[in-house]
Amino acid sequence: MSKGNGIYPEDLKYTKEHEWVAVHGNVGTVGITHYAQSELGDIVYVELPAVGTAVVAGEEFGSVESVKAVSEVYAPASGEVLEVNGALAQSPETINKDPYTEGWLMKIKMADPNELKGLMSAAEYRKHIEDESN
Amino acid sequence: MDDASRYIPASEADRQAMLREIGLERIEDLFASIPESLRLAHPLEVPGPLSEQELQGEFAARARENRELDGRAQFLGGGAYRHFAPAVVDHLITRTEFYSSYTPYQPEISQGTLQAIFEYQTLICQLTELDISNASMYDGASALAEGLLMAERANPKGRVVLSDRLHPEYVQTARTYLSNVEVGVDAFGHRPDGTADPEAARKEIGGGASALVIQHPNFFGCLEEVETLARVAHDAGALLIVVVSEPVSLGILKGPGRQGADVVLGEGHSFGVPLSYGGPFLGFMAARAAFLRNMPGRLVGETHDVDGRRGYVLTLSTREQHIRREKATSNICTNEGLCALTAAIFLSVLGRDGLRELAVHNHARAEYARRALASVRGCSIPFGAPIFNEFVVTLPIPAAQAVRALGERGIVPGLPLSRYFPGRERDLLVCVTEVNPRSEIDRLAVELGRLA
Amino acid sequence: MEPRNLRDPEKLLFELSRPGRRGFAPPPADIPDPGRFDLDRRYTRDDIEGFPQLSEPEVVRHYTRLSRLNYAIDLGLYPLGSCTMKYNPKVHETLARLPGFAGAHPQLPEEFAQGSLRLMHDLERALVAICGMDRFTLQPAAGAQGEQTGIMMARAYHRERGDPRQVVLIPDSAHGTNPASAVLSGYRVEQIASDARGCVDLEALRRRMSEDVAVLMLTNPNTLGVFESEIEAIARVVHAKGGLLYMDGANLNAFVGVARPGDMGVDVHHLNLHKTFSTPHGGGGPGAGPVGVKKHLEPYLPVPTVEKEGERYRLRHDRPQSIGRVRSFFGNFGMHLRAFAYILALGPAGLRRMAETAVLNANYLRRKLEPIYHLPYDAPSLHEVVFSDRHLESAGVHTLDIAKRLMDYGFHPMTIYFPLIVKGAMMIEPTESESREELDAFIAAMRRIDEEARRDPDMVRTAPHTTPVRRLDEVGAARHPVLRWTAPAGGRRA
Repeated sequence: MSKGNGIYPEDLKYTKEHEWVAVHGNVGTVGITHYAQSELGDIVYVELPAVGTAVVAGEEFGSVESVKAVSEVYAPASGEVLEVNGALAQSPETINKDPYTEGWLMKIKMADPNELKGLMSAAEYRKHIEDESN
Repeated sequence: MDDASRYIPASEADRQAMLREIGLERIEDLFASIPESLRLAHPLEVPGPLSEQELQGEFAARARENRELDGRAQFLGGGAYRHFAPAVVDHLITRTEFYSSYTPYQPEISQGTLQAIFEYQTLICQLTELDISNASMYDGASALAEGLLMAERANPKGRVVLSDRLHPEYVQTARTYLSNVEVGVDAFGHRPDGTADPEAARKEIGGGASALVIQHPNFFGCLEEVETLARVAHDAGALLIVVVSEPVSLGILKGPGRQGADVVLGEGHSFGVPLSYGGPFLGFMAARAAFLRNMPGRLVGETHDVDGRRGYVLTLSTREQHIRREKATSNICTNEGLCALTAAIFLSVLGRDGLRELAVHNHARAEYARRALASVRGCSIPFGAPIFNEFVVTLPIPAAQAVRALGERGIVPGLPLSRYFPGRERDLLVCVTEVNPRSEIDRLAVELGRLA
Repeated sequence: MEPRNLRDPEKLLFELSRPGRRGFAPPPADIPDPGRFDLDRRYTRDDIEGFPQLSEPEVVRHYTRLSRLNYAIDLGLYPLGSCTMKYNPKVHETLARLPGFAGAHPQLPEEFAQGSLRLMHDLERALVAICGMDRFTLQPAAGAQGEQTGIMMARAYHRERGDPRQVVLIPDSAHGTNPASAVLSGYRVEQIASDARGCVDLEALRRRMSEDVAVLMLTNPNTLGVFESEIEAIARVVHAKGGLLYMDGANLNAFVGVARPGDMGVDVHHLNLHKTFSTPHGGGGPGAGPVGVKKHLEPYLPVPTVEKEGERYRLRHDRPQSIGRVRSFFGNFGMHLRAFAYILALGPAGLRRMAETAVLNANYLRRKLEPIYHLPYDAPSLHEVVFSDRHLESAGVHTLDIAKRLMDYGFHPMTIYFPLIVKGAMMIEPTESESREELDAFIAAMRRIDEEARRDPDMVRTAPHTTPVRRLDEVGAARHPVLRWTAPAGGRRA
């Protein structure tokens, strides 16, 4: 089964650790990819930072759990947490159903948009997960 | 056949036949992966084998060397309590389906254990008046250590503050656990009536602590002012942890959760688990719902199956070592499952009225004894606070000496506090439960009267 | 009333409860006017809300019915790898209940508890002989607490030498308690990879081993059931840099009487009395995790130790270098007693026969199943063998399905998805308690399941089909946790 045939919107940037970020000005919306949610399976719990917390590019900011696994999530860029998706506390399954819109995790005010340059495009990310699963 | 292998079905003929099927010649070949240099050249230097009849004889003789039961009146408490357990408790826990099964990892064929733990969790929540309970810890002391680590995770301050009236072995255990993870352990003092001093607690918390810890009833038997101490803790941003080492007291005492405790933990062996020289015992831990994700140990949850039937599973396992490994809330794996089951059965049999009556009974006898000893020549009662089933009496001679003297007369009058508190040479911790009839208490008073 | 059958789910205690019922009454108060002692009401409660009210026969039926929903070692093979589900001799339950032992209070003056103290002393001597160590503590209540105790002793040792180290190395095949225990003991954990045989990669270890490594924590035989044949070289590499070798003795049952950790360069190790020495698992405990040490670690043993002086036995609390206590009193004495009875019953030859037969049974299973099931590592097995579900990938049948289907054949499943280095692992440990007929029945069931997986994979994927409940919703349980019963809205039933 090909792992790269999930849905990876072209307008997003991707990390090696399977997060995506959507950029609007200096605000980045962050979530996990279709691949990440399908590898984890049914998501039962999400741990998110408090609003106002500083996050650092490449460092853990929370975690996403299934029944038998925990996956840390890493910030694609540094900045301050503006908002977290509180609805996930009641319905974490949203991440499985809709990882890119309703299933977002947090919004950050990015300190340095240049940090995004190291992230992958959809095509590069597709290749990345092909390589990883081989 | 060699009697030593009565627990092993395979006969020598079976073993040889199986070896041939594997393609090996000698039993020794099974161990070819162990370097020759490491293989033992001689039999183990251990005793045995014994037939079952010899084994029973040997253990009966060893049991007789424990002389305490030959008609002695005992007044020992101090973290372990003598209670009567109805016969049904032992009958039920010796059902092999309970005691010879493993941790319920496969819920389809473990519903008995899982449902019983769910009921145990509920009973502990009802007793403590808190929202959640785990499936058990090793004992009261390690439950305290784990509770402090939990408090530090939920409310990190790098420091905890303990009453100096906690069980000294619980404190030692907590210090051992916390010494490796850079959490400071400080103590605060007590008032003349024997209870924890809220003012001292307030001062000691000072700049902050993740938790304030009291024991209720405390190690000297006194009942604490839980509400007052909860306010002290909460005002300083600390959690209040209440340790209960004698849970029969919860039959009449308010649930500490209702009085403001955030975590109630302690020792549950009083609920039908035999003394057995101090173990296996039963650590319990209950907390407010906010601590769910920080809770150590197993949790059982209710769910349903594919056909819609209600059932129970181990849940929220991502907190635990087998999934989160070095980031787990605790390293605990095997817990005290059968002791939790024992407690659940004990509490079911006693029930709402029975547990209350048992607690009232314990308290009344202890009060009777406290007053009787107060009037013994040369004895005095140093602490005036209300008690449950334990109290301190000051003797005219060193308590250890009194224990030796009364031992010769068939009485173990209590625990000399000098065992833990140098300087309290003449203080004796006396425990009275439903297994001490009035005649024993009266005899204790008479014998202590002869010491002066 | 709805009709019911013998496999119906059992109601909860709280749902069976009816006001006014009771299963217990204390003896009549024999003290005059007990009412005068009533506690001030600011301390007391009027009721324990929701607490059950049941008669004795109702309680007995409830728990007897629940017990029937459990599988147990006395019902058949229980092949949980690394858990060592062996027969628990019945006589041990009798011995543990001798009033002199069961009733012994832990605060008794030592002169009244000589029988208990002598037993602990003698068990320690036996473990010393079996493991080739110098001393043991019996205090830890379970294997994980034993690990923690052992690692804390290692930490105390390094600290006292003015050489505080930071790292504990742990192979990737280790049980999760190992890293958790090391972190709880104040260390940082680094994982080291296994080699192609599933054993410690000696070269990788050599490269990584340095003066900041306090301990290498090694399970031997490892979680694949494979003996770390290079253990002596491993010990030399660790010792050369001043580190200590910790052995997780969870699998000690594989070589009791054949070899000893103390001869392998091991400095400290725990063992599980509830595994090797047959104390009952109790549905999840109690266990006991004694820790053995070599001389250089003896000063750090938890307090108290049991010492023999002349013909008397006493507790020694005065040990200034001790790590302290890890629990109250002296450990799970009831488990010490059962383990000692087991050792006495078997004796030297019987203990060795136990290990031999456990290894023989595991190899017999392996031989019969390896033509069918995928064997990811083919190094020689000791007491357990690990297969995987790779051969059934095309059928879309996974380890979980095979495990569930085994229940329909009357067996408890093996350990699944562990060790983590094997994808879809099935870890099978038969122990010495199984007859050849029982092993053959299990092999036949495994064969049938393999055939079914190819012929009718849906049937296997929806197994079990015969258990009281099937495939419980664990996702729902975790998303919306219900961890206790609460009274239904509208108040308690009349």
